[in-house]
Amino acid sequence: MTREGGQHGEPLPRGLWLASAPLALFIGVPLLALLFVVSPADLARHLTSRMVLGALWLTLKTTLIATSLVVLVGTPLAFVLARGSFRGRELLDTIVDLPITIPPVVAGVALLLAFGRRGLIGRQLEAFGIAIPFTSVAVVMAQVFIASPFFVKAARAGMEAVDARLEAAARTLGAGRWRVFWTITVPLARPALLSGVVLAWARALSEFGATIMFAGNLPGRTQTLTLAVMSALEGDLESAVAVSVLSLGLAVMALLGAKWLAGQWRMPVA
Amino acid sequence: MPEPGLELEAELAIGAFSLDVRLSVAPGETVVLVGPSGAGKSTCLDVIAGLRRPGSGRVACRGEVWCDTSRGLHLPPEKRRVGLVFQDYALFPHLSVLANVAYGPSSRGLGAQDARRKARQWIERLGLADAKGRPVSGLSGGQRQRVALARALAAQPRVLLLDEPFGSLDVTTRGAVRSELRAFLLECDLPTLLVSHDPVDALALGDRIAVLEAGRLSQVGTRDELLSRPRTPFVAELAGVNLYRAELAPGRGLKEARVGALSFQVLGDDAQGPSFVVFAPAEVSLSEAQLPGSARNSFPGRVVSVLPLPDRLRVVLDVGVLIAADVTREAAGTLGLASGRSLWASVKATAIRVYA
Repeated sequence: MTREGGQHGEPLPRGLWLASAPLALFIGVPLLALLFVVSPADLARHLTSRMVLGALWLTLKTTLIATSLVVLVGTPLAFVLARGSFRGRELLDTIVDLPITIPPVVAGVALLLAFGRRGLIGRQLEAFGIAIPFTSVAVVMAQVFIASPFFVKAARAGMEAVDARLEAAARTLGAGRWRVFWTITVPLARPALLSGVVLAWARALSEFGATIMFAGNLPGRTQTLTLAVMSALEGDLESAVAVSVLSLGLAVMALLGAKWLAGQWRMPVA
Repeated sequence: MPEPGLELEAELAIGAFSLDVRLSVAPGETVVLVGPSGAGKSTCLDVIAGLRRPGSGRVACRGEVWCDTSRGLHLPPEKRRVGLVFQDYALFPHLSVLANVAYGPSSRGLGAQDARRKARQWIERLGLADAKGRPVSGLSGGQRQRVALARALAAQPRVLLLDEPFGSLDVTTRGAVRSELRAFLLECDLPTLLVSHDPVDALALGDRIAVLEAGRLSQVGTRDELLSRPRTPFVAELAGVNLYRAELAPGRGLKEARVGALSFQVLGDDAQGPSFVVFAPAEVSLSEAQLPGSARNSFPGRVVSVLPLPDRLRVVLDVGVLIAADVTREAAGTLGLASGRSLWASVKATAIRVYA
């Protein structure tokens, strides 16, 4: 499809192009503004500061762990939702999707009420000398909570799109459930799984509300890049902008990566 | 006692639909399970393969019990040795032809090398050597069917199940693929259950025909048995199709097709050798004496049975083979139809279709 052409080769009306411009500009212009405030030299200086490097390292570490955990615990759940038929499936589906719609701050409060010192589960953990809030573990938990639906939704859709008869055929050929999952379901759902991974990672990168409620904003322990932006704003605008640019860069990488992966693994048309 | 083949007994209910079948298939025998859509044909295959659990029932193959609800036994599909060729074939779209066929052997524990070797043997045996390394997406319908068959057979099944194996083929390749499959089934000693909704498949491929209607087997038998004593209108309709194995003479245009001791005059293209001739019972006319006229095929015979159908009579005549002829009640009255009466059956050459 060319820029001028619609799907059937007929040019789209000019009015439609005009109508589609405001949103694109509204999103694009502020992001561009980020890039023109700080000179490249200053950018480099700010980005190599101790605070930024610490936040970057913590962010990469926690988001990678969180994303791995999401894949680990999200895949079986997605499979159950895609292939299972059971009472309460709709309810389970809704619960899994909720973190997308509830405000992240509320998610943070909920995590505190569950895992905080006086919390439902936190109280039990306290007995073993385990305290989660305001640690790097809490950062990871907040990210898992908020980012998991993005992976689960994509993985579920990808697995649902795999023809169940292919799995049945594999079983009649002597493959057990586990082998069928790895040799049929996963390869065929791979584009969806990978884009789910990238989307979940991107969401974990941008996580702020739940993290600040549940993990706080402690440099080196719980201060991720997004939290660092807020701390920097209190003192030095340039530094805040520099961290924002860095976050923007990571987000662009994530999206391009998702697109590239989706293209790479496109299935041959049956 | 003959070696047991496949034994199926199953009762199950899915919503308002209920299935209740009892069927056995001897080694080397092909039974065609035929019936209208929604009769439960594919469900039977699913029960045998272990893809669906019957409410009560038993599945055994060559003495090995795969399912017995009275003992709470239900082996998962991978523990049964079933070669199931799915409708539309269900080939793995992300794998090459070779990898599709090697999937079974390697799932059954063969190393990658041995699995590939085994797959190559079947690929060559089914004439797919040229397509070996190709992805399955680019194959023709006939090739896909052969890949599906090779994949099922490479896993060394003890029973072969085919679900509408010609369903997704166009009319022109159907005949060729059907005769290929028939040649293969003749030399294969597996009990084979083939599901179809097409009477021609049933008559051309089945040693016996099992007719399934609304979840019940209305009749099981050879074509001659179904034709002489049909128990339901559907069976009468199905078995009434006059289909015979024939040896077709070479040449184009009007030519000879030998069916046993009989010689039919048919119109044909370049096809020759083993083939089928098919004509509808409505195309057969009956007379007291050989008629001078346009019908190229006239055979004397004896009436075996006269069956009333809703709007006409079905006459079965033994002319060396059994021929079904549909006539009106009025014509039957004129001819004085009764069992044992001698009559001539005539068919125009143009009314006979010829399949390779």
